[in-house]
Amino acid sequence: MTDHLPILLLLLPLFGSLICVLLGRNNAAHSWVVAMISLGGSALLSLLMLIKVLGLKSGDFRYRMGGWPESSSYEVGIELRVDVLACLIVLAVMIVGFLNTIYSKTRVSAEVGEKGSFFYALIQLLIVGLCGIIMTNDAFNLYVLIEITSLTSYALIAMGNRRAALSSFNYVIMGTIGASFYLLGVGYLYIKTGTLNIDDIHNYLRSENLWASQSIVVAFILIMLGVWTKMAFFPLHGWLPNAYSYAPSMTGTFMAPLMTKVMVYVMIRVMLWLFGSDFVYSTESIWSELIIWMSVVAIVAGSFLALARNDIKKMLTYLIIAEVGYMVGGAWLGNLNGQAGAFYHILSDAAMTFCLFIAASIVIIRTGESRLNAFDDLFRKMPITMIGFTIGGLSMIGLPPTCGFFSKWYLIKGGVETGQWEFVVALLFSSLINAVIFFKIFERAYFGKIKGIKEEVTVQDRDTIPAGGIKSVPLSMLIPLCVGSLSILIIGIMNKNIFSWITKALEMVNG
Amino acid sequence: MKFFGLLSVIIVGSLLLSATKDFPDWGDQDSPANEGPVSSFYIEKTEEKTKVPNMVTAVLADYRGYDTMFETVVIFIAGIGIIAVLRTYGNNDSTPKNQVGDEGAGLLAKITCSLILPFIQLFALYVVAHGHHSPGGGFQGGVMLGASYILLALAYGLARAKSCFSEKRTLVFAAVGIIIYVGWGVLCLIMGKEFLNYSALDSILPGGVEMARSHSMLAVEIGVALTVTAVMFSMFSNLSTKGRLDKGL
Amino acid sequence: MDIIIASFIEEVIVPKFNYWIYVILMMIGLFAMITKNNLIKKLIGMAIFQTAIILLYVSVGVKSEANIPIISHHGHQEHVENAQDEKHSSKLEVSTDDKSDKSDHHAIDKDKFANPLPHVLMLTAIVVGVSTLGLALAISQKVHGSFGTLEEDEILDQLKPGGHD
Repeated sequence: MTDHLPILLLLLPLFGSLICVLLGRNNAAHSWVVAMISLGGSALLSLLMLIKVLGLKSGDFRYRMGGWPESSSYEVGIELRVDVLACLIVLAVMIVGFLNTIYSKTRVSAEVGEKGSFFYALIQLLIVGLCGIIMTNDAFNLYVLIEITSLTSYALIAMGNRRAALSSFNYVIMGTIGASFYLLGVGYLYIKTGTLNIDDIHNYLRSENLWASQSIVVAFILIMLGVWTKMAFFPLHGWLPNAYSYAPSMTGTFMAPLMTKVMVYVMIRVMLWLFGSDFVYSTESIWSELIIWMSVVAIVAGSFLALARNDIKKMLTYLIIAEVGYMVGGAWLGNLNGQAGAFYHILSDAAMTFCLFIAASIVIIRTGESRLNAFDDLFRKMPITMIGFTIGGLSMIGLPPTCGFFSKWYLIKGGVETGQWEFVVALLFSSLINAVIFFKIFERAYFGKIKGIKEEVTVQDRDTIPAGGIKSVPLSMLIPLCVGSLSILIIGIMNKNIFSWITKALEMVNG
Repeated sequence: MKFFGLLSVIIVGSLLLSATKDFPDWGDQDSPANEGPVSSFYIEKTEEKTKVPNMVTAVLADYRGYDTMFETVVIFIAGIGIIAVLRTYGNNDSTPKNQVGDEGAGLLAKITCSLILPFIQLFALYVVAHGHHSPGGGFQGGVMLGASYILLALAYGLARAKSCFSEKRTLVFAAVGIIIYVGWGVLCLIMGKEFLNYSALDSILPGGVEMARSHSMLAVEIGVALTVTAVMFSMFSNLSTKGRLDKGL
Repeated sequence: MDIIIASFIEEVIVPKFNYWIYVILMMIGLFAMITKNNLIKKLIGMAIFQTAIILLYVSVGVKSEANIPIISHHGHQEHVENAQDEKHSSKLEVSTDDKSDKSDHHAIDKDKFANPLPHVLMLTAIVVGVSTLGLALAISQKVHGSFGTLEEDEILDQLKPGGHD
């Protein structure tokens, strides 16, 4: 039965979403139970899968849909490929999805009204899409799954207020351009190789030595452009800040930690598995140099833009853009430490972004303000929420023993090894800016109001009591926050183990 | 903005065209895509292995059935996504005021429509069922079937069309279509083979392994057709009424 | 000069005209998506953009002198071909270790059938395109409902006073 784990953990949320739709509107409570069961079950299955893969000698296993084919030299069907890296990220997706479902319990009626069951259906389909992307080994199937995640996120974002609808429309336009570029790139590869399976394309390129051919280079550029658009790499980031900050809070807390990270995973997969490191890091091309500089620009620009924002969620979204710069730069360093650091950062960034977003959402909901002055004097009023926020913030700055420290450590080590000093400097600089941003907030939260700043108040969806006091935060919001901040520490403390799993898997593909 | 747009369009266009110089010519029989082992396998082995003469159907519903399952899910997402974004639940659903303007088209259109509707639906079912032997299949047939209900709504008003295909029913149809598709795959799983490996159903379907594949394709095509029909009509009714579902165009 | 242009057209454009057509169409779509002010016009651009990709894929599967990828046993065309195929197939059957129980089944000449895979892929892409378009129309209706206009600059004007962007 363990052979079927990859498909089972996809089918559970898929059936869950169908049941949610069949339950119909005004049935958010039942849909919540269905979503909890399906996502919890899938999280357990993905844990089992991780244990199974760690026990395998070969390091990965494949699952052929439909049992095709009988011959082994080429694939006519679609296969799934699961290794440690995929397992870790699937597990992260499932846990974030499950925790976010807990968080949404009390928010769903306030934020999406009668359409709660549709919300849960879409969330579960989004998780199916993300996990499918991570596990598939077929370039075209990847496109279909990218579109599944895109369509669900367009709908989920547009469920918010009118600003959310507008930013969702911009996301549709940018997202379609990105996905279409990816599709074009796959088409170019198909024209030159005649197959769609990622391993088969790689072997064909290697055996025919097509790497120098112009069309393969263009295909690579197109796929990279498409994936960068989807992950909001700096010059292509325009859609992200508005989409994530105006979306309903439970959509934001779910998508911000996952969407960009999974696309980073896709980028690394395309670079190492589809094209191969010989092609991507070839010494004749100036690409890696160029792209590391681009990621430096992304890190610096993201940090500065975050510093300039006064809106909590906007600030966090710009921090995401800086973090995407870390991972792209790390992946392009071209050595094992850089790649493994980028991978490790996917996990740690998912944990800390989740933590920060959920804490910020609680603060905004309870104080009714979306500006930074919402944090005034909050350590006294909401201690647990602020502890969670502090752990997330410290991890963002990169203090031990949080996972943010270790991911930066590996990335910097990779940068030093290849002599890419600009990347190292950018990482340290962004840590500095993050320290400025977060200590400003901690100061406010600890010492209370800072005078002399007059800020306009914008109320998004107020759930406060009129007297100015703060209602106690329900457990359904605190549990995900606590688990999130614990996982930051756990990922940080377990960094040796996780890092050795990642390097082992990466050594296999780098040969 | 115009200048920036033109510039980026020219850059992307010349990038795309620069790659075509080592592409195969139009209609080249020996290009890697046409001559490669995958395409040859589909053309030479499909009938032997699945007893389906239409290779497109076989590739769609069997070899790449996993893709097609998600394709159906995409349609489903569009259906519920539109409802999630647009639908407003007013409590004045059946007040007479909202019925004004929902009489549909004129007499001529109504009679024409009532004459041709049965044939459209019959043809749609034929397209679904005959997808193994001729161009067609679940998506094409489903779109036609959905269009027949849209035609009904255009000619007789949305209320009339909703009386045969209510909102609740569209959601049930859409979900059941996917349940048929995925359930068929799960059935293969229960029978001990991989997901969507139709040859596992050899023992419960008549006519050997090849015919089991052929019959299974029909089953999943029916699932696809149900979902597509329901979502097409749901899309039309929501978009044409701004999500109020009270009166047609 | 004329000769250079003529030879360029003959050697570069004509044999690969499918790629030129798709690129031109696609760029029209991309231009509309980037520069148009009206949201619906952007969506029209998006539809053109996606259709261009479909054209590319389908044109890849074309083989000269090939028919649709459906094996027909009854068409009278097939009988004519059968006569020629007889020699072909006997040769093929020797070379391939085909199962012997397929005595009524003659080997299929793959040059007679268009490549089925791009058609399947594009069926998926068409479906995805329709879904995206439908959802985008719904979103633009919501935008119209709350802003009262579909022109991007007017919407941004409305957001200016209270907006913090």
